[in-house]
Amino acid sequence: MKKATLALASGDVFEGFACGASGEAAGEVVFNTSHTGYQEILTDPSYAGQIVTFTVAELGNYGVHHGDEQAPVPQVPGFVARRVCREPSNWRSDEPFLAWLTGHGVVGIEGVDTRRLVRVLRSAGAQQGIIDSSGSSAQALVEKARKLPGMEGQDLATKVSTRTAYEWNEGVLGRKPEPARHDVVVVDYGVKRGILRQLVDTGFRVTVVPSQTKASDILARKPAGVVLSNGPGDPAAVTGADRQAAELLGKVPVLGICLGHQILSLAVGGKTYKLKFGHRGANHPVRDLVGNSIDMTSQNHGFSTEEASVRGKAIVTHRNLYDGTVEGIAVPEARMFAVQYHPEDSPGPHDSRYLFRRFLQMIER
Amino acid sequence: MPRRTDLRSILLLGSGPIVIGQACEFDYSGVQALKALREEGYRTILLNSNPATIMTDAEWADRTYIEPITVEAAERILAVERPDAVLPTLGGQTALNLAVRLAKEGVLARYGTQLIGAQLDAIEKAEDRQRFKDTMTAIGVDVPKSGVARSLDDVVRYGGELGFPLILRPSFTLGGLGGGIAYNRDELQDIGARALSYSPVHEVLIEESVLGWKEFELEVMRDNKDNVVIICSIENVDPMGVHTGDSITVAPQQTLSDVEYQHMRDLARKVIRAIGVETGGSNIQFGVNPRDGRIVVIEMNPRVSRSSALASKATGFPIARIAAKLAVGYTLDEIQNDITKSTPSSFEPAIDYCVVKIPRFNFEKFPHADRTLTTSMKSVGEVMSIGRTFSQALQKALRSLENGTAGLASPLGRDGPRAPYTAQDEARIRSQVKTATPDRIFWVAEAYRAGLSTQELTQLSAIDPWFLREIEALVQAEEEIARAPRGAAIPDLVQWKRLGFSDKRLARLTRRSESEVTRQREAQKLHPVFKRVDTCAAEFEANTPYLYSSYEDEDEVRPDARKKVLILGSGPNRIGQGVEFDYCCVQASFALREAGFETLMVNCNPETVSTDYDTSDRLYFEPLTLEDVVEIARVEKPIGAIVQFGGQTPLKLAQGLLDAGIKILGTSVEAIDAAEDRERFARVVEDLRLLQPENGVAHSRDEALATAQRIGYPVMVRPSFVLGGRAMQVVHDDEGLTTYATEAVEASEERPILIDRFLKDAIEVDVDCVGDGERYVVCGVMEHIEEAGIHSGDSACCLPPFSLDARTIEEISRQAMALARHLRVVGLMNVQFAVQGGRIYILEANPRASRTVPFVGKATGIPWAKVAALCAVGKSLADQRIDKTFVPKHLSVKEAVFPFHRFSRADTILGPEMRSTGEVMGIDDSFARAFAKAQIAAGNGLPVRGKVFISVRDEDKAGIVDLARRLVACSFEIVATSGTARYLREKGVPATPVLKVAEGRPHIVDKIIDGEISLVFNTTSGKQAIADSYSIRRETLMHGIPYFTALTSCRAAVAAIEALQQGPLTVKALQDYQAAK
Repeated sequence: MKKATLALASGDVFEGFACGASGEAAGEVVFNTSHTGYQEILTDPSYAGQIVTFTVAELGNYGVHHGDEQAPVPQVPGFVARRVCREPSNWRSDEPFLAWLTGHGVVGIEGVDTRRLVRVLRSAGAQQGIIDSSGSSAQALVEKARKLPGMEGQDLATKVSTRTAYEWNEGVLGRKPEPARHDVVVVDYGVKRGILRQLVDTGFRVTVVPSQTKASDILARKPAGVVLSNGPGDPAAVTGADRQAAELLGKVPVLGICLGHQILSLAVGGKTYKLKFGHRGANHPVRDLVGNSIDMTSQNHGFSTEEASVRGKAIVTHRNLYDGTVEGIAVPEARMFAVQYHPEDSPGPHDSRYLFRRFLQMIER
Repeated sequence: MPRRTDLRSILLLGSGPIVIGQACEFDYSGVQALKALREEGYRTILLNSNPATIMTDAEWADRTYIEPITVEAAERILAVERPDAVLPTLGGQTALNLAVRLAKEGVLARYGTQLIGAQLDAIEKAEDRQRFKDTMTAIGVDVPKSGVARSLDDVVRYGGELGFPLILRPSFTLGGLGGGIAYNRDELQDIGARALSYSPVHEVLIEESVLGWKEFELEVMRDNKDNVVIICSIENVDPMGVHTGDSITVAPQQTLSDVEYQHMRDLARKVIRAIGVETGGSNIQFGVNPRDGRIVVIEMNPRVSRSSALASKATGFPIARIAAKLAVGYTLDEIQNDITKSTPSSFEPAIDYCVVKIPRFNFEKFPHADRTLTTSMKSVGEVMSIGRTFSQALQKALRSLENGTAGLASPLGRDGPRAPYTAQDEARIRSQVKTATPDRIFWVAEAYRAGLSTQELTQLSAIDPWFLREIEALVQAEEEIARAPRGAAIPDLVQWKRLGFSDKRLARLTRRSESEVTRQREAQKLHPVFKRVDTCAAEFEANTPYLYSSYEDEDEVRPDARKKVLILGSGPNRIGQGVEFDYCCVQASFALREAGFETLMVNCNPETVSTDYDTSDRLYFEPLTLEDVVEIARVEKPIGAIVQFGGQTPLKLAQGLLDAGIKILGTSVEAIDAAEDRERFARVVEDLRLLQPENGVAHSRDEALATAQRIGYPVMVRPSFVLGGRAMQVVHDDEGLTTYATEAVEASEERPILIDRFLKDAIEVDVDCVGDGERYVVCGVMEHIEEAGIHSGDSACCLPPFSLDARTIEEISRQAMALARHLRVVGLMNVQFAVQGGRIYILEANPRASRTVPFVGKATGIPWAKVAALCAVGKSLADQRIDKTFVPKHLSVKEAVFPFHRFSRADTILGPEMRSTGEVMGIDDSFARAFAKAQIAAGNGLPVRGKVFISVRDEDKAGIVDLARRLVACSFEIVATSGTARYLREKGVPATPVLKVAEGRPHIVDKIIDGEISLVFNTTSGKQAIADSYSIRRETLMHGIPYFTALTSCRAAVAAIEALQQGPLTVKALQDYQAAK
């Protein structure tokens, strides 16, 4: 096996073995604690520009199933694993995990003490880092990592967004969708297919538009509702997004998810900030302050809404029970609500799918 | 919602004796629950008949009742204590079944108390096969096609409809007891009849076979606000058809994609809600078709279980503790996660390692039992291991089993370089891979060595290819390792250590000594690091004192400079080494913590209290091998290790630890050796002018025969190094001895056999004593009820002695202390004596905590293992104010509990080989009543009227007359075989003769089956006589009729019956007995 190195801007260096495509990968190194769903995670556009560390011990066991991906191809530059399976075992598997990643040019490193890495990221914060298997010196890689731009101020959503509008009509695999009753426009900041599938299932005809689409153009389509999608990077840097979102408010029911939630927080006049190492996993408890239930949620975000900044402008509807951060806001009079986490799961628990029905009810009210 | 204020006192139901399917995991859950309830300020009351548990130490509940777990005893406790609620979900199936009866028979209502944790309706919905199936169908959850049969006709009819093979599952039994797999009509009838008789409600589910499907379990918790979380997913390596308790299992699940896993999770949430378990933990089992992913729900346990103990240890999430808090009204988010201290318990643990559990079997004790694993559980214990990868965890678990393998040992002896296999070998391998037995995993490895393909192995075994390939990878690694040049260092050692290979396995593969490999490793500075179990994959800071080793970069242990003591646990439960030893380890840990030491626990048994992360200052969940223990000591630098509490397991490591520079605290290795080495011990006995039965050592058949001639038959024979009387026998003649010395044990130079004169009709006495090196005190003297020759672990006993005179007891005590002093014991020692014709013989001495220590502790109210632990660290008995033996006024009887009904064809007759899995205790003011209680608690409740069947061997005939006469006076009718009946009638005792099986019909077995007999006294000896009367004992067992197979226990039984006729039994709390001190 070929040796590989992961170097962080913090100066921490990890040795392992190259897997996936060969070459170099650079990005913000983050970690995800979900036990399952590596395919969904690596294809989630919200991870654009990031190197994802999987804390799960054995990765790739069930292969890759075409249909579970959240975008046509993997979105990450690289990934880090403790151990990767070569020959998957699962009746749904279409392709081995590594073969798939190699085909899409994703650079990986395995055999890493991922627990040590997580502990570094937890205390030093998410870091820029480089995976390399060309034999460059660790010091050179660290230097290089230090020169990489940080996430703050990066408008990655515009980069990953669709260039042209398109329609989506597939529901959740293996389920029969509700008959379509309403048109919804999804603004694509890096939308996961899971969101589109949930919308179809709930009874929407879905049109996806580019992130730069003007509010007036969206309204011109006369949708029953608008969804601001998830996406990567710094919400404050997504060009014009908050302004366009503000223009939608009050004119059409709006649902925001993840980056969409952050953009709506900015749109109502709030602020966002970068979390030390983010929330990425499938086990974060979130309290729905409206229904007073606790859901296990799928999470993937590095930025968060500053609670004080939205006070009086929106109500906080969901809260993370781990660290108390804002997980959802609403402006009922404007028929808008948004959540920071992923009600479309993919991967993760299905506890919050009811939010899509809540969106439907809001539209029909 | 905060805790309920309408409740003030709570009765917790325990699980009784350790039996197959219900082991010390319920001591663990009970202790957690009692702790949690007490924290909340509730008054706690406990019912449990098992003295070997930590939970029944008087300090854990406000009121502790060591009484039989019956409706009658529970009702008396309710009458005395008037608890506001009864918590039945932490004591296994036993507690749940009792709760159902208490509720249905109106007992709870009568005393104005209520069930918490699970209501009657939810318990019945989950446990009643038909209601469960109906509920699942109603919510659209797929279950295997099935029918619920209440008669043999139903069984046959459903069988015809569903087609073979069929799974039979009796309702309300534990560990799948009485169930099985039927492949044809005959088996269907057999298993059907058995299943119906085992089910307390005579109900059995006949189920479409999903044999070969993948099996999964989810551990689910729910609170009263309907928040539901999955604590852990568990995947069985063995497919459906093998009881999950007998399967190798892995956590978290490995082979389901997110889409499939989340679907399963959704189903679990639906199921727990539909069944209506309001609060607490449940376990739900699923079958998954590997070809199309179809998921069926197999069953659900509406309570904490063996799997939840495993899930707790696997994740760090204390399910039982949280279940107890939920039961009194809290919601998950209101309870802090003890591990992170900053996050709530309403979450699903994320783990960044692999956990493997392997069951431990004891088939060698039941030579005629079928080793095939089916839906009825047969294992007696289990090991768990944690590794950063599956292969690490698997190899650790294999060496934790203590079955002589240090990894994937080759069953055909092909460890090492590739060797050819004959066609015959291959045929054998195929058949062994196809049949699930305890050794299957080793045969899978052998199959790869022989060149079989994964595809073929999948077909043969239905084990998921992912697991098979992991084994294949290890076999490939072994081949590469075996290529290491002799005499030179093993190349790539770090790589092999990361794959989880032990030094011992590497040594075997490369044909060198273990110490050579260890030396190479040390020279290369290759040592494991220790990682934390923290419920969150390092996402949050945690200082959990719960660690496991791995060969990686970062070590998370930050040892401090405090004085530390390493306590070695006892490993997997097995017959002869069970929960009693865990009890001692836990007490030792508590005592040393209280005394200001930092305690480090090493153990690999997930069922135990010792592996609860807050029992000790730090828990190392590691195999108990020299390599693993030395590595812990290297990092921690303890002042020493304590090896006397974990049974033989740590004792075997003592010399190695000493050689590695680790001090042994307490009794020295030298003294241990003096007691264990036969010849040295004989000299000690001689020096002290004590008496041993005449004996000798034989290295060959001829030597054995000569020795026996010298001593005189009958003789007791055994291999030189044994645990639990393994392969021990009483031999009556040359022929028997020849068979034993050639076939059974194969006496040889390296493995001699030991021969002792067998002391016939002697009274056996167990003594536990403790010393600090200068002063010695007897903890307790126990008189056995069965005569010498029956293994002490299988014999009932009484403290204080019920028939020995004071002088004999005094002399026995003196001898025990003299021995202890001579051996310079520091800590505990157990000595076994036999009293015959006024002479006292020493049978053996074990310079360590014995099986009886917890029982003596309960009987005397003194925590002897704590006392011993403090002695071991230098605190004298005087300092501890232990100066003399305390003889309680009440009588305590210990009775053994056996797994015979699990093993078809096992004989119930007792002998020198231990076969009991657990024990119960009866306490009362007279021996007879204490004995009666112990019998009830052991499931051998004595009748007060009816017909007694008596058949005794000639030498017992004189002794039985008085007993028969007394039974007649108690208005019993005597039924006896012709010889015994004639004898009794000659002595003026009326007895009706009955035919033996060989004498025609209707014979005694017919009468037993027809339910005519309510008590059986059957003593017998000699091979032929034993074989002839086997069916009597077997049917007696199968029909749940109380039976006694030794004259001495028959005598105790008659006394107990007389006492029962004088008035009903009462209950009394342990605290009251102890206050009378």
